Amino acid sequence: MKYLSEYRDAALSQELLHDIKSIVTKPWTLMEVCGGQTHSLVKNGILKMLPEQITMVHGPGCPVCVTPIHIIDEAIELSQKLNVIMCSFGDMLRVPGTKISLLEAKANGADVRMVYSPLEAVKIARENPDKEVVFFAVGFETTAPANALSVVQAAKQNVKNYSILTSHVLVPPAMEAILSDPETTVNAFLAAGHVCTIMGYNEYDPIAEKYKVPIVVTGFEPIDLLQGIYMAVKQLENGEAKVENQYIRYVQREGNTHARQAIDEVFAVSDREWRGIGTIPKSGWEVNEAYRHYDARRKFNLVEEISEDNTTCIAGEIMKGKKKPFDCPHFGKDCTPEKPLGSPMVSSEGACAAYYHFSQAEALPS
Amino acid sequence: MQLNCPLPKLDFDVITLGHGSGGVLTHRLLDTGVFNVLKNDLLNEQHDGAILNFSGPVAFTTDSYVVTPIFFPGGNIGELAVNGSINDLAMCGAIPEYLSLSFILEEGLRMEEFWEVLLGIKKASEEAGVSIVTGDTKVVDKGKGDKVFINTTGLGRLHPKANIHANRVKPGDKILVSGPVAQHGVAILSVRQGLEFETTITSDTQSLHRQVIKLLDVLGEDVKFLRDPTRGGVATVLNELAAQSGYGVEIIQKDIPVSEQVEGACELLGLDPLYVANEGIFIAVVAEHKANEALSILKSFHPPTSIIGTVTHEHPKQVIQHSRIGGRRIVSMLPGEQLPRIC
Repeated sequence: MKYLSEYRDAALSQELLHDIKSIVTKPWTLMEVCGGQTHSLVKNGILKMLPEQITMVHGPGCPVCVTPIHIIDEAIELSQKLNVIMCSFGDMLRVPGTKISLLEAKANGADVRMVYSPLEAVKIARENPDKEVVFFAVGFETTAPANALSVVQAAKQNVKNYSILTSHVLVPPAMEAILSDPETTVNAFLAAGHVCTIMGYNEYDPIAEKYKVPIVVTGFEPIDLLQGIYMAVKQLENGEAKVENQYIRYVQREGNTHARQAIDEVFAVSDREWRGIGTIPKSGWEVNEAYRHYDARRKFNLVEEISEDNTTCIAGEIMKGKKKPFDCPHFGKDCTPEKPLGSPMVSSEGACAAYYHFSQAEALPS
Repeated sequence: MQLNCPLPKLDFDVITLGHGSGGVLTHRLLDTGVFNVLKNDLLNEQHDGAILNFSGPVAFTTDSYVVTPIFFPGGNIGELAVNGSINDLAMCGAIPEYLSLSFILEEGLRMEEFWEVLLGIKKASEEAGVSIVTGDTKVVDKGKGDKVFINTTGLGRLHPKANIHANRVKPGDKILVSGPVAQHGVAILSVRQGLEFETTITSDTQSLHRQVIKLLDVLGEDVKFLRDPTRGGVATVLNELAAQSGYGVEIIQKDIPVSEQVEGACELLGLDPLYVANEGIFIAVVAEHKANEALSILKSFHPPTSIIGTVTHEHPKQVIQHSRIGGRRIVSMLPGEQLPRIC
């Protein structure tokens, strides 16, 4: 299959592994920013194949994991209003709020619907003029264009019973927050390919320069990851710190200009709280003044509160690359995908879920 | 689907609550529809039950079908309801003979749709050589069903050489899969509201008992475990195999047949084909020395059959997959519904 099987080729993987081993001379810590990359690394057994000098740590790039618990509570609260249809991507349904998840709210009678696209939620709004339809608009730069487009479409079609509850987060400020931490061990980043498909990678140049870290825009298949690791290690070994693009088949330097225009039309940059990490300045998007009638927070007069998260969960430490899932005393014991303490164990992109599903084999003989 | 049996002229266009009343409308629906289409000597008795003759061991199964949408590429809920119970019998090592058929219809269901489902049932049962001998019809208020729910119960005589039990599985036994995985689940997703995508992927729904009978005829007790990986997919069945046998299971990713289209769709949706539902394939565990013979028998039915792994003494009760690029990972049981990812 074009763009798939060739990036899962066993012989090429072995060649790349050999290349990595041949250039590495010192210990290096690389952070893969995106949860999809974490899953691919673990699922394909790559972590155990890398030379021991290379430590991969997992970044904050799981949209479900970083959505603050109080916003999940807001979504649940809205879903329980009699007149509301709450629409959400599947991933978000299982994440626990303070008391229950959206899935449990649905089981209790709330009208919660899993949709595959925010445009589907606009359609539901059109078909249910006597109801208020809210789309739970979470995610990184990847989901923002479609969410913005749904608002533009609703406005064009004069659909007034539609709004979005946003929890949009931006990758570059989070990378800066990680690098600003004096305890960080991260020497280089594999930047999230999907994010750069939309945003390009111009905004990474100042970060690479300021913090002297190599940043390699990387895809998600085994060959992508091995090549990205090779490029990052090569820079580190050569004392370089620049932005490179491994994911050239999808990512252009300026990104997708149409998608970015949609984002600019509807959203404004704002400070944003990240679950497990805290508030990062200018790291999120909110609905702007021009589209304020489509902002569920304003429409329903929601007051944003910072709620207490589960303090036994070390999600923040994991997402900042300071700890790994196996470092958590609760991992696989009182924290499992069936009964998670924190969101990284819930999401299909969460680091803990990846380790739990694919990587208990660490204990197995190699 | 080609309607090879035109809808009879009826004085109603949709199912109404009256069709479940047991009165005149029910009889009109059954006489012009169900009995007329599915006729056989036992059903023609129009009794509440059927009287059957059996001697020797009998396999017995029941299953309910609630698929959405009820029509999908490659089949409909009616075919699924027949093939599903036939396959449950086949996986016991039984030769399916009789089915019951119970409808729960939603008020407002269009007669054309009911008719098409009924013809799907006729087609699947005739192809399988199985008789539908008793049944029931209920109608629920609009909004309280999802067009059609179907329950089928199956009875079949056990094959004389069948001895299918997970506790007969031993290290060294080989694991076969009888066709490409994940087709049904992806075919359903391709027509699910909100996710419609263009594809030629069709459901693999089919009855599997002829393949199983042939395997048992030739290999007898060397066939040790059979299971069709429907909900939860191949990964779930392999985990059941590991848990029930107490041994480890090792599978080789590159040997697992997945069509390119299915693999591409799963990649886009963030789904793992190992967890996606199937309706027309089964997993067989056979003694090591008979594995190649089993392979050639199954290939004569469906060429993409493959030996995908081995039962092992190592890592008891766990399933390990060797990845294409030489890594290893655990294949765990799915904790809940597999949900498409955000990005």
